[in-house]
Amino acid sequence: MKKLNKLKDLKLMANTIRQDIITSLAEAKSGHSAGPLGMVEVFTALYFNVLKHNSKKPEWDQRDRVVLSNGHICPVLYVALANAGYFPKKELMTLRKLGTRLQGHPHREALPGLETTSGPLGSGLSQAAGMAYALKLDGKKNKVFCLTSDGEHDEGNLWEAVLFAAKHKLDNLVVVMDRNYIQIDGSTEDIMPLDPLDKKYLAFNWNVITINGNNLKQVIKTLQESRKNQKKPLMIIANTIPGKGVSFMENDYTWHGKPPKPEEAVKALKELENEKKRILSGKA
Amino acid sequence: MKRKEFCLEKLKGFNKTLGLKCNSKKIPTRNGYGDALVELGKKNKNIMVLCADLVESTRVDQFQKKFPKRFVEIGVAEQNLVTVASGLAAMGKIPFASSYAMFCPGRCWEQIRTTICYNNQNVKIIGAHAGVSVGPDGATHQALEDIAIMRTLPNMIVVVPADYEQTKKATIALAKYKGPCYMRFAREKTPQFTTKKTPFQIGKAQVLKNGGDVCIIAAGPVVYECLVAAENLQKKGISATVINSHTIKPLDEKTILTAVKKCKCVITVEEAQIIGGLGGAVAELLSEKCPIKLKRIGVKDHFGESGSPEELLKKFGFDANSIYKEILKFC
Repeated sequence: MKKLNKLKDLKLMANTIRQDIITSLAEAKSGHSAGPLGMVEVFTALYFNVLKHNSKKPEWDQRDRVVLSNGHICPVLYVALANAGYFPKKELMTLRKLGTRLQGHPHREALPGLETTSGPLGSGLSQAAGMAYALKLDGKKNKVFCLTSDGEHDEGNLWEAVLFAAKHKLDNLVVVMDRNYIQIDGSTEDIMPLDPLDKKYLAFNWNVITINGNNLKQVIKTLQESRKNQKKPLMIIANTIPGKGVSFMENDYTWHGKPPKPEEAVKALKELENEKKRILSGKA
Repeated sequence: MKRKEFCLEKLKGFNKTLGLKCNSKKIPTRNGYGDALVELGKKNKNIMVLCADLVESTRVDQFQKKFPKRFVEIGVAEQNLVTVASGLAAMGKIPFASSYAMFCPGRCWEQIRTTICYNNQNVKIIGAHAGVSVGPDGATHQALEDIAIMRTLPNMIVVVPADYEQTKKATIALAKYKGPCYMRFAREKTPQFTTKKTPFQIGKAQVLKNGGDVCIIAAGPVVYECLVAAENLQKKGISATVINSHTIKPLDEKTILTAVKKCKCVITVEEAQIIGGLGGAVAELLSEKCPIKLKRIGVKDHFGESGSPEELLKKFGFDANSIYKEILKFC
């Protein structure tokens, strides 16, 4: 897959990824909708513009590492990988089915392009930090991009990793937090208040940037610049809209862990097709 | 029982091919780990050691001094200990993650399951201070369930070496083996009976002595106690086979079945819960492939307590005399 440089092409890719997420989740009849849709811009920016990677050589030593810590949003990762050429797109229709390489939560050994196995929350950041530590030890320039969620910040393991990354000044580690304010049982601030996350990370000796995680231009610029991050690990707090792109899913926490029914999928795809037309006509 | 009179070589059915020799100098098994790490560190630049604020007592201090860049102090954070190790392994390192067995794997079992076993990363989990012989620290620090919780994990190897020299060899063998491993040690100084000449292979149990009445299968420093018990049984006219089953997973089924078929009853001995440990593994094997009278010696579904190691080993039945008496009652 060639790198996309034009914003319009990247927006079209984001639209394709959203449609593929809806289609595969509807086919699977189970899985998470809100998180994957909210993180489409981040995954589009990474896999089609920012990352050093080669879908034909998934084990290429010089590649950047992507660690998905909140494994349940894997539909967006699978769809991004398929569109980037890691495996045939038709395989997206096997999501969560018996014998699939697209397990309900990602399994590293099952599918090319996956760096870790994940699902149980709070452990991805420490694995990413371990990778970043090893890269520095060996004097290598590859970056480690770790994707985490806000709800995941309830986990103690995650904060252990925050301390570790700061201690070792892992500036080759870039973390993007999906700050969508929802988790399974409701609002993150009702369940276990996390704000102010930016100040918490600053106090833990991290570099912190807060962005609109659904503004593709801003996401790309921030991730491109993150390659020059220095002295401290970098936390990018990406404010996102859960269910972004599908009007009846946006900002509704009940869509955290369920897929669209067939009629809902039709409605969602229609909305996304209309969005595609707007992108093509230059109106979006 | 006069332990000082014990001499391996005088045991009937003693296996001369293993190069065993009793050494009056007691050394903790964990020292073998520390010494082997230094050897490994010199030969292989990918060897790394991680520790969770227990450098001296897990014996990783020598490695830390010799190879400071490849030593990672994690602090009191065992979940981070094993997950950072997983990340290092993903980059081709061979990390040894060391703590007390009660905390690692005790506190971080799910992280080990997901990020090391299912993720199939080449991480070595090291649990020191296992068993009641940890002593005065009490039950909170005496890991008894570690073998059981690690044995159930797919991809995981479980090794419980019997003495200093064997721990050294096991550490080197673990580094050569590609995949997740768990190894546990005791805290106290324990007798040595294997030597530099004694072979060690993961998954290959050692028949230390052959007999026809009772087959004793043990792991860890209690193996020595079983040899002493066997000598005393001999005086009573009971001949025992003693197997050092240092690898609990994969269990050496062939060696165990062959030996058991020559005996009338089986005893397992381990300084751990009888549920799910070596005793559990042997019971599973024998009930399916060779039903036979079996007794498991271990901690019987309760916690340890404070006391001196000697007092506790006696109270919980892990000294040679207790094992001897238990076998006399049973066989």
